[in-house]
Amino acid sequence: MKKGKIVGLEGSFAIAEAVRMVNADVISAYPITPQTHIVERLAEMIADGELDAEFICVESEHSAMSACVGASAAGARVFTCSAGQGLELMHEVLYIPSSMRLPVVAVAANRALSGPLSVWCDHSDVMALRDIGWIQMFAENNQQAFDLTICAFRIAEDKEVLFPAMVHIDGFYLSHVIEDMVLPDDEVVADFIPEYEYPFALDPERPVSMGCYGPPFIYSEAKKAQEVAFESTKPKILETWEEFGDTFGRYYAPVESYKMEDASIALLTMGSIGETAMLAVDEMREEGKGVGLIRLRLWRPFPFTELREAVKDVELLVVLDRALSSGMGGPVCSEVKSALYDKREDMRIVGFIGGLGGRDITIEGFKYMVNRALEYPEIEEEFEIIGVRE
Amino acid sequence: MSAKQKGWKDLELGCVVTEPGSASSTKTGEWRSERPVRDNTKCIKCGICYIYCPEACINEDEEGYFEADLYYCKGCGICAHECPSSAITMIEEEEE
Ligand code: SF4
Ligand code: SF4
Repeated sequence: MKKGKIVGLEGSFAIAEAVRMVNADVISAYPITPQTHIVERLAEMIADGELDAEFICVESEHSAMSACVGASAAGARVFTCSAGQGLELMHEVLYIPSSMRLPVVAVAANRALSGPLSVWCDHSDVMALRDIGWIQMFAENNQQAFDLTICAFRIAEDKEVLFPAMVHIDGFYLSHVIEDMVLPDDEVVADFIPEYEYPFALDPERPVSMGCYGPPFIYSEAKKAQEVAFESTKPKILETWEEFGDTFGRYYAPVESYKMEDASIALLTMGSIGETAMLAVDEMREEGKGVGLIRLRLWRPFPFTELREAVKDVELLVVLDRALSSGMGGPVCSEVKSALYDKREDMRIVGFIGGLGGRDITIEGFKYMVNRALEYPEIEEEFEIIGVRE
Repeated sequence: MSAKQKGWKDLELGCVVTEPGSASSTKTGEWRSERPVRDNTKCIKCGICYIYCPEACINEDEEGYFEADLYYCKGCGICAHECPSSAITMIEEEEE
Protein backbone atom coordinates (compact mmCIF):
# COMPACT_ATOMS: atom_id res chain seq x y z
CA MET A 1 0.00 0.00 0.00
CA LYS A 2 1.43 3.35 -1.07
CA LYS A 3 0.45 5.68 1.69
CA GLY A 4 1.96 8.98 0.55
CA LYS A 5 4.14 11.50 2.33
CA ILE A 6 3.86 13.04 5.77
CA VAL A 7 3.37 16.80 5.66
CA GLY A 8 2.36 19.59 8.03
CA LEU A 9 -0.77 21.23 6.67
CA GLU A 10 -3.45 23.60 7.84
CA GLY A 11 -6.91 21.95 7.74
CA SER A 12 -8.12 24.39 5.11
CA PHE A 13 -5.14 23.68 2.86
CA ALA A 14 -5.59 19.94 3.32
CA ILE A 15 -9.15 20.25 2.02
CA ALA A 16 -7.98 22.39 -0.90
CA GLU A 17 -5.47 19.63 -1.75
CA ALA A 18 -8.31 17.08 -1.72
CA VAL A 19 -10.38 19.22 -4.09
CA ARG A 20 -7.39 19.64 -6.39
CA MET A 21 -6.66 15.92 -6.39
CA VAL A 22 -10.23 14.95 -7.33
CA ASN A 23 -9.91 17.52 -10.12
CA ALA A 24 -13.06 19.55 -9.46
CA ASP A 25 -14.47 21.42 -12.46
CA VAL A 26 -16.28 24.31 -10.82
CA ILE A 27 -15.75 26.08 -7.49
CA SER A 28 -18.18 28.77 -6.52
CA ALA A 29 -17.84 30.39 -3.14
CA TYR A 30 -18.08 33.54 -1.11
CA PRO A 31 -15.46 34.22 1.56
CA ILE A 32 -16.46 33.91 5.20
CA THR A 33 -14.42 33.21 8.32
CA PRO A 34 -13.34 30.53 9.19
CA GLN A 35 -13.78 28.90 5.79
CA THR A 36 -11.97 31.46 3.64
CA HIS A 37 -8.55 29.82 3.54
CA ILE A 38 -10.01 26.83 1.68
CA VAL A 39 -11.28 28.83 -1.27
CA GLU A 40 -8.36 31.26 -1.16
CA ARG A 41 -6.00 28.34 -1.62
CA LEU A 42 -8.16 26.88 -4.39
CA ALA A 43 -8.23 30.24 -6.20
CA GLU A 44 -4.44 30.30 -5.91
CA MET A 45 -4.15 26.79 -7.33
CA ILE A 46 -6.32 27.73 -10.30
CA ALA A 47 -4.32 30.93 -10.90
CA ASP A 48 -1.06 28.97 -10.75
CA GLY A 49 -2.35 26.34 -13.17
CA GLU A 50 -2.26 23.55 -10.59
CA LEU A 51 -5.99 22.98 -10.95
CA ASP A 52 -7.94 23.31 -14.17
CA ALA A 53 -11.26 24.56 -12.83
CA GLU A 54 -13.65 27.46 -13.16
CA PHE A 55 -13.73 29.69 -10.08
CA ILE A 56 -17.00 31.62 -9.96
CA CYS A 57 -16.78 34.70 -7.75
CA VAL A 58 -20.26 35.47 -6.50
CA GLU A 59 -21.85 38.23 -4.46
CA SER A 60 -23.29 36.02 -1.72
CA GLU A 61 -23.57 32.49 -0.40
CA HIS A 62 -27.08 32.33 -1.84
CA SER A 63 -25.55 32.88 -5.26
CA ALA A 64 -22.65 30.53 -4.51
CA MET A 65 -24.99 27.59 -4.00
CA SER A 66 -27.18 28.67 -6.92
CA ALA A 67 -24.14 28.61 -9.19
CA CYS A 68 -23.22 25.19 -7.81
CA VAL A 69 -26.70 23.90 -8.63
CA GLY A 70 -26.46 25.17 -12.20
CA ALA A 71 -22.94 23.85 -12.73
CA SER A 72 -23.85 20.48 -11.27
CA ALA A 73 -26.92 20.25 -13.51
CA ALA A 74 -24.59 20.87 -16.45
CA GLY A 75 -22.66 17.80 -15.35
CA ALA A 76 -19.67 19.45 -13.64
CA ARG A 77 -17.88 18.21 -10.52
CA VAL A 78 -18.68 21.00 -8.11
CA PHE A 79 -17.31 22.23 -4.78
CA THR A 80 -18.08 25.04 -2.38
CA CYS A 81 -17.65 25.88 1.28
CA SER A 82 -19.14 28.17 3.82
CA ALA A 83 -19.65 28.72 7.54
CA GLY A 84 -21.99 30.20 10.12
CA GLN A 85 -23.95 33.17 8.78
CA GLY A 86 -22.89 32.21 5.26
CA LEU A 87 -24.64 28.87 5.55
CA GLU A 88 -27.70 30.72 6.84
CA LEU A 89 -27.76 32.95 3.77
CA MET A 90 -27.23 29.86 1.61
CA HIS A 91 -29.92 27.97 3.48
CA GLU A 92 -32.83 28.27 1.07
CA VAL A 93 -30.77 26.99 -1.86
CA LEU A 94 -29.31 24.03 0.08
CA TYR A 95 -32.58 22.12 -0.32
CA ILE A 96 -32.37 22.39 -4.12
CA PRO A 97 -29.45 20.05 -4.99
CA SER A 98 -30.81 17.38 -2.65
CA SER A 99 -34.28 17.46 -4.19
CA MET A 100 -32.80 17.66 -7.70
CA ARG A 101 -30.30 14.90 -6.83
CA LEU A 102 -27.25 16.95 -7.78
CA PRO A 103 -24.01 15.73 -6.16
CA VAL A 104 -22.54 19.05 -5.04
CA VAL A 105 -19.80 18.63 -2.42
CA ALA A 106 -19.35 21.25 0.30
CA VAL A 107 -17.26 21.77 3.39
CA ALA A 108 -18.73 23.66 6.33
CA ALA A 109 -16.23 25.21 8.74
CA ASN A 110 -18.59 25.16 11.68
CA ARG A 111 -19.16 28.50 13.35
CA ALA A 112 -21.53 29.99 15.92
CA LEU A 113 -24.48 32.05 14.76
CA SER A 114 -25.03 35.68 15.68
CA GLY A 115 -25.70 37.17 18.09
CA PRO A 116 -23.63 38.15 19.76
CA LEU A 117 -21.57 38.18 16.59
CA SER A 118 -19.09 35.33 16.75
CA VAL A 119 -16.72 33.90 14.18
CA TRP A 120 -15.67 31.08 16.51
CA CYS A 121 -16.62 27.45 16.46
CA ASP A 122 -19.75 25.73 17.59
CA HIS A 123 -22.40 23.65 15.83
CA SER A 124 -25.26 26.17 15.67
CA ASP A 125 -24.85 26.43 11.90
CA VAL A 126 -24.85 22.63 11.45
CA MET A 127 -27.99 22.22 13.49
CA ALA A 128 -29.86 24.60 11.22
CA LEU A 129 -28.96 22.27 8.35
CA ARG A 130 -30.31 19.03 9.75
CA ASP A 131 -33.22 18.78 7.30
CA ILE A 132 -31.56 19.87 4.04
CA GLY A 133 -31.31 16.33 2.67
CA TRP A 134 -27.52 16.28 2.25
CA ILE A 135 -25.25 13.47 3.34
CA GLN A 136 -23.38 15.00 6.29
CA MET A 137 -20.27 13.78 8.08
CA PHE A 138 -17.98 15.13 10.78
CA ALA A 139 -14.19 15.25 10.72
CA GLU A 140 -12.20 15.16 13.90
CA ASN A 141 -8.77 16.24 12.67
CA ASN A 142 -7.10 17.50 9.49
CA GLN A 143 -6.37 14.02 8.17
CA GLN A 144 -10.04 13.16 8.42
CA ALA A 145 -11.03 16.48 6.83
CA PHE A 146 -8.89 15.53 3.85
CA ASP A 147 -10.01 11.90 3.73
CA LEU A 148 -13.71 12.61 4.15
CA THR A 149 -13.63 15.29 1.45
CA ILE A 150 -12.18 12.76 -1.01
CA CYS A 151 -14.82 10.23 0.06
CA ALA A 152 -17.59 12.83 -0.20
CA PHE A 153 -16.98 13.24 -3.93
CA ARG A 154 -17.00 9.53 -4.59
CA ILE A 155 -20.10 8.92 -2.47
CA ALA A 156 -22.09 11.89 -3.80
CA GLU A 157 -21.34 11.12 -7.45
CA ASP A 158 -22.03 7.39 -7.23
CA LYS A 159 -24.83 6.50 -9.65
CA GLU A 160 -26.68 4.78 -6.83
CA VAL A 161 -26.36 7.85 -4.59
CA LEU A 162 -26.48 11.16 -6.48
CA PHE A 163 -27.03 13.34 -3.44
CA PRO A 164 -25.05 16.37 -2.28
CA ALA A 165 -22.59 15.75 0.54
CA MET A 166 -21.22 18.04 3.24
CA VAL A 167 -18.12 17.55 5.36
CA HIS A 168 -18.20 19.38 8.68
CA ILE A 169 -14.97 20.62 10.18
CA ASP A 170 -14.77 22.67 13.35
CA GLY A 171 -13.92 26.26 12.47
CA PHE A 172 -10.42 27.31 13.63
CA TYR A 173 -9.86 24.05 15.55
CA LEU A 174 -9.30 22.37 12.17
CA SER A 175 -9.54 25.09 9.54
CA HIS A 176 -6.67 27.16 10.95
CA VAL A 177 -4.55 24.58 12.73
CA ILE A 178 -1.47 22.99 11.20
CA GLU A 179 -1.18 19.28 11.91
CA ASP A 180 0.93 16.52 10.52
CA MET A 181 -0.93 14.28 8.14
CA VAL A 182 -0.40 11.86 5.30
CA LEU A 183 -0.87 13.35 1.86
CA PRO A 184 -1.31 10.59 -0.73
CA ASP A 185 0.06 10.80 -4.25
CA ASP A 186 -2.18 12.52 -6.79
CA GLU A 187 -2.46 9.37 -8.91
CA VAL A 188 -3.73 7.24 -6.03
CA VAL A 189 -6.53 9.71 -5.37
CA ALA A 190 -7.28 10.03 -9.09
CA ASP A 191 -7.62 6.25 -9.30
CA PHE A 192 -9.96 6.25 -6.32
CA ILE A 193 -12.30 8.82 -7.91
CA PRO A 194 -13.99 7.40 -10.99
CA GLU A 195 -14.94 9.46 -14.04
CA TYR A 196 -18.23 11.13 -13.36
CA GLU A 197 -21.17 11.55 -15.68
CA TYR A 198 -24.47 12.98 -14.51
CA PRO A 199 -27.34 11.04 -16.13
CA PHE A 200 -29.39 14.15 -16.94
CA ALA A 201 -26.58 16.61 -17.64
CA LEU A 202 -27.97 19.57 -19.55
CA ASP A 203 -27.77 18.81 -23.25
CA PRO A 204 -29.56 20.62 -26.10
CA GLU A 205 -29.85 17.30 -27.95
CA ARG A 206 -31.97 15.89 -25.14
CA PRO A 207 -34.03 18.63 -23.55
CA VAL A 208 -35.28 18.12 -20.00
CA SER A 209 -36.83 20.39 -17.39
CA MET A 210 -35.11 20.39 -14.01
CA GLY A 211 -36.31 21.88 -10.76
CA CYS A 212 -39.95 22.00 -11.86
CA TYR A 213 -42.70 22.98 -9.50
CA GLY A 214 -44.60 20.21 -7.76
CA PRO A 215 -48.31 20.79 -7.23
CA PRO A 216 -50.11 18.91 -4.44
CA PHE A 217 -50.82 15.93 -6.71
CA ILE A 218 -47.08 15.11 -7.03
CA TYR A 219 -45.16 16.79 -4.14
CA SER A 220 -45.68 13.90 -1.70
CA GLU A 221 -44.56 11.36 -4.31
CA ALA A 222 -41.46 13.47 -5.02
CA LYS A 223 -40.58 13.61 -1.32
CA LYS A 224 -41.17 9.89 -0.83
CA ALA A 225 -38.92 9.09 -3.80
CA GLN A 226 -36.22 11.43 -2.43
CA GLU A 227 -36.38 9.96 1.07
CA VAL A 228 -36.27 6.32 -0.04
CA ALA A 229 -33.26 7.15 -2.22
CA PHE A 230 -31.59 9.03 0.62
CA GLU A 231 -32.01 6.21 3.09
CA SER A 232 -30.52 3.77 0.61
CA THR A 233 -27.28 5.79 0.33
CA LYS A 234 -26.00 4.19 3.52
CA PRO A 235 -24.59 0.97 1.96
CA LYS A 236 -22.66 3.06 -0.56
CA ILE A 237 -21.24 5.26 2.19
CA LEU A 238 -20.06 2.16 4.07
CA GLU A 239 -18.68 0.57 0.92
CA THR A 240 -16.77 3.74 -0.02
CA TRP A 241 -15.25 4.10 3.45
CA GLU A 242 -14.28 0.43 3.35
CA GLU A 243 -12.58 0.80 -0.02
CA PHE A 244 -10.95 4.02 1.12
CA GLY A 245 -9.53 2.11 4.06
CA ASP A 246 -8.23 -0.67 1.82
CA THR A 247 -6.55 1.89 -0.45
CA PHE A 248 -5.27 4.48 2.02
CA GLY A 249 -5.10 2.54 5.27
CA ARG A 250 -7.55 4.67 7.25
CA TYR A 251 -11.00 3.29 7.96
CA TYR A 252 -14.12 5.25 8.90
CA ALA A 253 -17.47 4.19 10.33
CA PRO A 254 -20.80 5.97 10.92
CA VAL A 255 -20.34 5.59 14.69
CA GLU A 256 -16.81 5.22 16.06
CA SER A 257 -16.14 3.87 19.51
CA TYR A 258 -13.17 4.39 21.82
CA LYS A 259 -12.56 2.13 24.82
CA MET A 260 -16.16 0.99 24.70
CA GLU A 261 -15.59 -2.77 25.13
CA ASP A 262 -16.36 -2.86 28.86
CA ALA A 263 -17.73 0.66 29.33
CA SER A 264 -20.89 1.21 31.35
CA ILE A 265 -20.65 4.99 30.92
CA ALA A 266 -20.27 6.54 27.48
CA LEU A 267 -19.59 10.08 26.32
CA LEU A 268 -21.00 11.05 22.93
CA THR A 269 -19.48 13.82 20.81
CA MET A 270 -19.23 15.09 17.24
CA GLY A 271 -16.29 16.89 15.61
CA SER A 272 -12.84 17.86 16.86
CA ILE A 273 -13.76 17.77 20.55
CA GLY A 274 -13.65 13.97 20.28
CA GLU A 275 -9.86 14.12 20.57
CA THR A 276 -10.04 15.89 23.95
CA ALA A 277 -12.76 13.48 24.99
CA MET A 278 -10.43 10.55 24.27
CA LEU A 279 -7.80 12.03 26.59
CA ALA A 280 -10.49 12.52 29.23
CA VAL A 281 -11.55 8.89 28.83
CA ASP A 282 -7.93 7.78 29.30
CA GLU A 283 -7.65 9.74 32.56
CA MET A 284 -11.01 8.56 33.87
CA ARG A 285 -10.02 4.98 33.05
CA GLU A 286 -6.90 5.46 35.18
CA GLU A 287 -9.15 6.69 37.96
CA GLY A 288 -11.07 3.43 37.67
CA LYS A 289 -14.23 4.70 35.98
CA GLY A 290 -15.68 2.47 33.24
CA VAL A 291 -15.97 5.30 30.71
CA GLY A 292 -15.79 5.06 26.92
CA LEU A 293 -16.44 7.41 24.00
CA ILE A 294 -18.79 7.32 21.04
CA ARG A 295 -18.30 9.76 18.16
CA LEU A 296 -20.88 10.29 15.47
CA ARG A 297 -18.96 10.38 12.20
CA LEU A 298 -22.07 10.21 9.99
CA TRP A 299 -24.77 12.70 10.89
CA ARG A 300 -27.09 12.26 7.92
CA PRO A 301 -28.47 9.77 7.14
CA PHE A 302 -28.63 9.25 10.90
CA PRO A 303 -26.84 6.02 11.91
CA PHE A 304 -29.66 4.45 13.95
CA THR A 305 -28.46 0.83 13.88
CA GLU A 306 -24.82 1.64 14.55
CA LEU A 307 -25.72 3.91 17.46
CA ARG A 308 -27.99 1.29 19.03
CA GLU A 309 -25.25 -1.30 18.66
CA ALA A 310 -22.59 1.01 20.14
CA VAL A 311 -24.61 1.72 23.31
CA LYS A 312 -26.03 -1.74 23.85
CA ASP A 313 -24.15 -2.33 27.13
CA VAL A 314 -24.13 1.28 28.30
CA GLU A 315 -25.98 2.30 31.45
CA LEU A 316 -25.28 6.00 31.32
CA LEU A 317 -24.92 8.00 28.13
CA VAL A 318 -23.56 11.55 28.44
CA VAL A 319 -24.21 13.64 25.32
CA LEU A 320 -22.33 16.86 24.64
CA ASP A 321 -24.02 19.33 22.32
CA ARG A 322 -22.08 22.20 20.84
CA ALA A 323 -25.30 24.04 20.04
CA LEU A 324 -28.43 25.12 21.80
CA SER A 325 -31.93 24.69 20.45
CA SER A 326 -33.52 27.51 22.38
CA GLY A 327 -36.37 26.35 24.55
CA MET A 328 -35.50 22.72 23.85
CA GLY A 329 -31.89 21.86 24.76
CA GLY A 330 -29.21 20.05 22.80
CA PRO A 331 -30.27 18.95 19.30
CA VAL A 332 -27.90 15.97 19.19
CA CYS A 333 -29.08 14.81 22.59
CA SER A 334 -32.72 15.00 21.58
CA GLU A 335 -32.01 13.05 18.37
CA VAL A 336 -30.03 10.45 20.28
CA LYS A 337 -32.85 10.12 22.80
CA SER A 338 -35.41 9.65 20.05
CA ALA A 339 -33.22 7.07 18.30
CA LEU A 340 -32.93 5.07 21.53
CA TYR A 341 -36.45 5.58 22.87
CA ASP A 342 -38.20 2.22 23.14
CA LYS A 343 -34.90 0.40 22.69
CA ARG A 344 -33.15 1.01 25.97
CA GLU A 345 -35.50 1.85 28.80
CA ASP A 346 -32.86 0.98 31.38
CA MET A 347 -30.33 3.51 30.09
CA ARG A 348 -30.07 7.08 31.37
CA ILE A 349 -29.24 9.77 28.83
CA VAL A 350 -28.00 13.10 30.18
CA GLY A 351 -27.41 16.11 27.95
CA PHE A 352 -24.89 18.90 28.37
CA ILE A 353 -24.28 21.95 26.25
CA GLY A 354 -20.81 23.39 25.97
CA GLY A 355 -18.15 24.77 23.67
CA LEU A 356 -20.44 27.54 22.46
CA GLY A 357 -18.93 30.31 20.36
CA GLY A 358 -15.40 28.93 20.53
CA ARG A 359 -15.26 28.24 24.29
CA ASP A 360 -12.79 25.41 24.89
CA ILE A 361 -13.87 22.22 26.59
CA THR A 362 -11.04 20.71 28.57
CA ILE A 363 -10.46 17.26 29.98
CA GLU A 364 -11.79 18.61 33.30
CA GLY A 365 -14.96 19.62 31.48
CA PHE A 366 -15.62 16.03 30.40
CA LYS A 367 -14.88 14.76 33.92
CA TYR A 368 -17.37 17.29 35.29
CA MET A 369 -20.06 16.07 32.86
CA VAL A 370 -19.58 12.45 33.82
CA ASN A 371 -19.63 13.24 37.57
CA ARG A 372 -22.73 15.42 37.21
CA ALA A 373 -24.49 12.77 35.12
CA LEU A 374 -23.76 10.18 37.80
CA GLU A 375 -25.84 12.34 40.18
CA TYR A 376 -28.85 11.89 37.91
CA PRO A 377 -31.83 11.81 38.55
CA GLU A 378 -31.10 14.49 41.14
CA ILE A 379 -30.46 16.94 38.27
CA GLU A 380 -33.70 18.83 37.84
CA GLU A 381 -32.97 20.76 34.62
CA GLU A 382 -33.52 19.09 31.26
CA PHE A 383 -29.98 20.07 30.31
CA GLU A 384 -27.08 22.08 31.63
CA ILE A 385 -24.86 24.63 29.93
CA ILE A 386 -21.41 23.94 31.32
CA GLY A 387 -18.52 26.25 32.07
CA VAL A 388 -20.63 29.39 32.46
CA ARG A 389 -19.54 32.01 35.01
CA GLU A 390 -22.13 33.15 37.55
CA MET B 1 -56.91 11.49 -7.92
CA SER B 2 -57.00 9.85 -11.32
CA ALA B 3 -55.58 6.37 -11.85
CA LYS B 4 -53.04 7.47 -14.46
CA GLN B 5 -51.19 9.86 -12.14
CA LYS B 6 -47.63 8.81 -11.44
CA GLY B 7 -46.65 6.97 -8.27
CA TRP B 8 -43.38 7.77 -6.47
CA LYS B 9 -41.57 4.91 -8.20
CA ASP B 10 -42.46 6.32 -11.62
CA LEU B 11 -40.64 9.61 -11.10
CA GLU B 12 -37.36 10.33 -12.85
CA LEU B 13 -34.21 11.09 -10.84
CA GLY B 14 -34.68 14.42 -9.05
CA CYS B 15 -38.15 14.79 -10.59
CA VAL B 16 -36.63 15.71 -13.95
CA VAL B 17 -39.30 16.15 -16.60
CA THR B 18 -38.18 14.46 -19.82
CA GLU B 19 -41.21 15.28 -21.91
CA PRO B 20 -40.80 18.75 -23.49
CA GLY B 21 -43.73 21.15 -23.27
CA SER B 22 -45.54 19.11 -20.64
CA ALA B 23 -46.64 22.26 -18.81
CA SER B 24 -49.26 22.82 -21.53
CA SER B 25 -51.18 19.77 -20.32
CA THR B 26 -51.74 21.33 -16.89
CA LYS B 27 -55.33 22.57 -16.74
CA THR B 28 -54.88 25.83 -14.83
CA GLY B 29 -58.50 26.65 -15.74
CA GLU B 30 -59.49 24.47 -12.82
CA TRP B 31 -58.38 27.19 -10.42
CA ARG B 32 -60.89 29.72 -11.81
CA SER B 33 -63.83 31.02 -9.83
CA GLU B 34 -64.71 33.79 -12.31
CA ARG B 35 -64.51 33.82 -16.08
CA PRO B 36 -64.01 36.78 -18.45
CA VAL B 37 -66.90 37.55 -20.79
CA ARG B 38 -66.40 40.09 -23.59
CA ASP B 39 -68.98 42.52 -24.91
CA ASN B 40 -68.23 42.76 -28.65
CA THR B 41 -70.16 46.02 -28.94
CA LYS B 42 -67.56 47.68 -26.70
CA CYS B 43 -64.42 45.83 -27.84
CA ILE B 44 -62.10 47.90 -30.08
CA LYS B 45 -59.82 44.89 -30.84
CA CYS B 46 -56.79 46.67 -29.38
CA GLY B 47 -55.24 43.46 -28.01
CA ILE B 48 -54.29 44.94 -24.63
CA CYS B 49 -55.98 42.02 -22.85
CA TYR B 50 -53.86 39.66 -24.97
CA ILE B 51 -50.68 41.45 -23.93
CA TYR B 52 -51.52 41.59 -20.21
CA CYS B 53 -52.89 38.08 -19.66
CA PRO B 54 -50.32 36.45 -17.29
CA GLU B 55 -51.38 33.03 -18.47
CA ALA B 56 -50.83 33.96 -22.15
CA CYS B 57 -54.07 32.17 -22.88
CA ILE B 58 -55.80 34.89 -24.92
CA ASN B 59 -55.69 34.33 -28.68
CA GLU B 60 -56.90 36.38 -31.63
CA ASP B 61 -59.75 34.76 -33.55
CA GLU B 62 -60.59 35.02 -37.29
CA GLU B 63 -62.72 38.12 -36.74
CA GLY B 64 -59.93 39.89 -34.85
CA TYR B 65 -61.46 39.50 -31.39
CA PHE B 66 -59.31 38.35 -28.51
CA GLU B 67 -60.74 35.26 -26.84
CA ALA B 68 -59.61 33.60 -23.58
CA ASP B 69 -58.88 29.86 -23.68
CA LEU B 70 -60.81 28.64 -20.64
CA TYR B 71 -58.67 25.49 -20.38
CA TYR B 72 -55.91 27.76 -19.03
CA CYS B 73 -57.67 30.98 -17.91
CA LYS B 74 -57.25 31.25 -14.11
CA GLY B 75 -59.86 33.97 -13.79
CA CYS B 76 -57.46 36.57 -12.40
CA GLY B 77 -59.41 39.43 -13.98
CA ILE B 78 -56.34 41.32 -15.22
CA CYS B 79 -57.76 41.44 -18.74
CA ALA B 80 -60.97 43.02 -17.44
CA HIS B 81 -58.99 45.50 -15.35
CA GLU B 82 -56.72 46.54 -18.22
CA CYS B 83 -59.30 46.70 -21.00
CA PRO B 84 -59.50 50.41 -22.05
CA SER B 85 -63.13 50.03 -23.21
CA SER B 86 -64.39 48.09 -20.16
CA ALA B 87 -65.52 45.43 -22.59
CA ILE B 88 -64.70 42.51 -20.29
CA THR B 89 -66.82 41.53 -17.28
CA MET B 90 -65.86 38.84 -14.81
CA ILE B 91 -68.76 36.45 -14.32
CA GLU B 92 -68.87 34.07 -11.37
CA GLU B 93 -68.54 30.43 -12.35
CA GLU B 94 -71.52 28.40 -11.31
CA GLU B 95 -71.06 25.27 -9.25
CA GLU B 96 -71.30 22.16 -11.36
S1 SF4 C 1 -58.93 36.36 -16.43
FE1 SF4 C 1 -56.68 36.42 -16.24
S2 SF4 C 1 -56.07 34.45 -17.02
FE2 SF4 C 1 -58.16 34.70 -17.69
S3 SF4 C 1 -57.96 35.59 -19.71
FE3 SF4 C 1 -58.17 37.28 -18.27
S4 SF4 C 1 -56.05 37.87 -17.82
FE4 SF4 C 1 -55.97 35.83 -18.74
S1 SF4 D 1 -58.49 44.91 -24.16
FE1 SF4 D 1 -60.69 45.10 -24.28
S2 SF4 D 1 -60.96 46.34 -26.11
FE2 SF4 D 1 -58.89 45.55 -26.20
S3 SF4 D 1 -59.08 43.67 -27.38
FE3 SF4 D 1 -59.24 43.08 -25.22
S4 SF4 D 1 -61.45 43.12 -24.86
FE4 SF4 D 1 -61.14 44.18 -26.74
